[in-house]
Amino acid sequence: MYAAGVYLLLRRSIVKLILGIILLGNATNLLILLAGGLTQNAPAFIEEGSNMASGQVADPLPQALILTAIVIGFGIIAFALALMYRFYQTSGTDDIDQVTED
Amino acid sequence: MISLILLPILIPLATFILLIFFRRSMAINQFFTIGSAIVQLLISLLILITVSDEGIIVTQLGNWPAPYGITIVADLFSAIMLVMSGLIGVSISIYAVTGLKKDYQKGSFYPLMSVLLMGVNGAFLTGDVFNLYVWFEVLIIASFVLLTLGGSRAQMYGGLKYMTINLISSMLLLSAIGLLYGQTGTLNIADLALKMRESAPSAMVTTTGMLFFIAFGIKSALFPFFFWLPASYHTPPVTITALFSGLMTKVGIYAMIRFFTMIFVHDQQLWQPLLLTIGGLTMVIGVLTAASQYDIRRILSFHIISQIGYMVVGLGLFTVSGVAGAIYFLAHNIIAKTNTFLVAGIINHIKGSFDLKAIGGLYRSHPYIALFMFIPMAGLAGVPPLSGFFGKLLLIIAGFEARQWIITGVAVLVSLFTMFSMIKIWNEAFWKKQPVTTLANNKEKVPFTMIFPVVLLALLTIILGIAAEPFINLSTRAADQLINPGEYIQAVLRR
Repeated sequence: MYAAGVYLLLRRSIVKLILGIILLGNATNLLILLAGGLTQNAPAFIEEGSNMASGQVADPLPQALILTAIVIGFGIIAFALALMYRFYQTSGTDDIDQVTED
Repeated sequence: MISLILLPILIPLATFILLIFFRRSMAINQFFTIGSAIVQLLISLLILITVSDEGIIVTQLGNWPAPYGITIVADLFSAIMLVMSGLIGVSISIYAVTGLKKDYQKGSFYPLMSVLLMGVNGAFLTGDVFNLYVWFEVLIIASFVLLTLGGSRAQMYGGLKYMTINLISSMLLLSAIGLLYGQTGTLNIADLALKMRESAPSAMVTTTGMLFFIAFGIKSALFPFFFWLPASYHTPPVTITALFSGLMTKVGIYAMIRFFTMIFVHDQQLWQPLLLTIGGLTMVIGVLTAASQYDIRRILSFHIISQIGYMVVGLGLFTVSGVAGAIYFLAHNIIAKTNTFLVAGIINHIKGSFDLKAIGGLYRSHPYIALFMFIPMAGLAGVPPLSGFFGKLLLIIAGFEARQWIITGVAVLVSLFTMFSMIKIWNEAFWKKQPVTTLANNKEKVPFTMIFPVVLLALLTIILGIAAEPFINLSTRAADQLINPGEYIQAVLRR
């Protein structure tokens, strides 16, 4: 996914550039999940009446991190799309290389 | 008193929310932004005094104990940086009243500036790596919008590059955070500092450190990653550029200094040559490319890069005096750099151009303004007794103490070239006669609100230089806290 994302980033089209950003973001989220360690079939719930989790449970923190990262990524992609639209309006093209400054 | 250190984050947030409701009225926007910036500056000063007298202040959000909850912490380094961001906030908000075109001011400049300040302050205050990432996102989203406000073609072009490179760096940062968590099981900076010192160095830690280094390197425009900065910084109005130059890259450097003094302490024989080489290359290339430019804003943009190099060299020495030099230089640079951009804005206001070939004769027509423009420029070049001189002196002395002869020599040489560029601006803009090509808007009067911040920052440059000793002591103590993080760990973890 990283490779695909980087490939798309290097394309001249802005639409593909934004798709590349999305892919990179998702790849990063998966990486966090993996780095945090996977525990299968053990949701991080605590039994009623006790303070500590009993037995081995999945670490909830990477999940929380990813949730935050997804939300932030969503906001950024919304902005990027808006920027692309303005870019298209002002320059009339989707191709970065055809646009020169001023 | 506990919540004192939350105020630098909460005040801009409150300002932002308030200003959204008053988007139509420029006067209200100006009044509240300036007011909140001044309050912010005063609170930051109070925090600095408190931290300096009583030690590090810590607050745990939601009252969860240290390694689990979200920590907000102010040590000396954070406090110094907070004061700087307060200062920049005050001067930019005053300058913007007349320095920025009316449609920009209506186009939500003030609320966005509040968001940016919130992000910057948050990044300075956080005691948690993931929160650092979140604050980075807050401030770069605000900066994206600020950069593309107005929507001219050049701005879109610059903005797109800026956005892409910053997003890549954010993703690298996020991956690095994920890997770091995978290895240590904690994201609290104090806890990390403790665990890293206890554990043995491993290749994975070094890899993670390298990811952090690249992420912060992109954010602060270090040598191989600096191309986005000159490509985008000259496109927005100069007020916004001044705001960016004072704060954006400096947050990256702040994070780098914090990480590489407190967390990644293993493998000095890898990091030290790396940081020194990168710092040296950054300095040299920044200053050489600056010398070939004729647009004032481009010259200054390249100088940002060159001076970031100094700070990285100071960090790379890994001694208390080196880091102290870097901190002092950082503070000096924030003030002087913002001021030179503001000066460039005044030049543009008077002459209607940023091109050095098209302007001249400012000394004859505006001698007093010229004097106050000279101060930040000379300060940047390092003329004694201004602040830049002591910043460089500290770094060079630290370099000699650490026996890094080559890099110290490079630093001295680069300083000469900086002088050359500044003299070029001075000669062309102030001493040379006005060229025949008269430009369209030739205004004689410069409004008071544009001069005031310049004078304020110029005076600070002088004070930082003439009364350097207390400031040097302060930054030495801040550096000491960073290199020996025992106090920080104790304050956060309460052990």
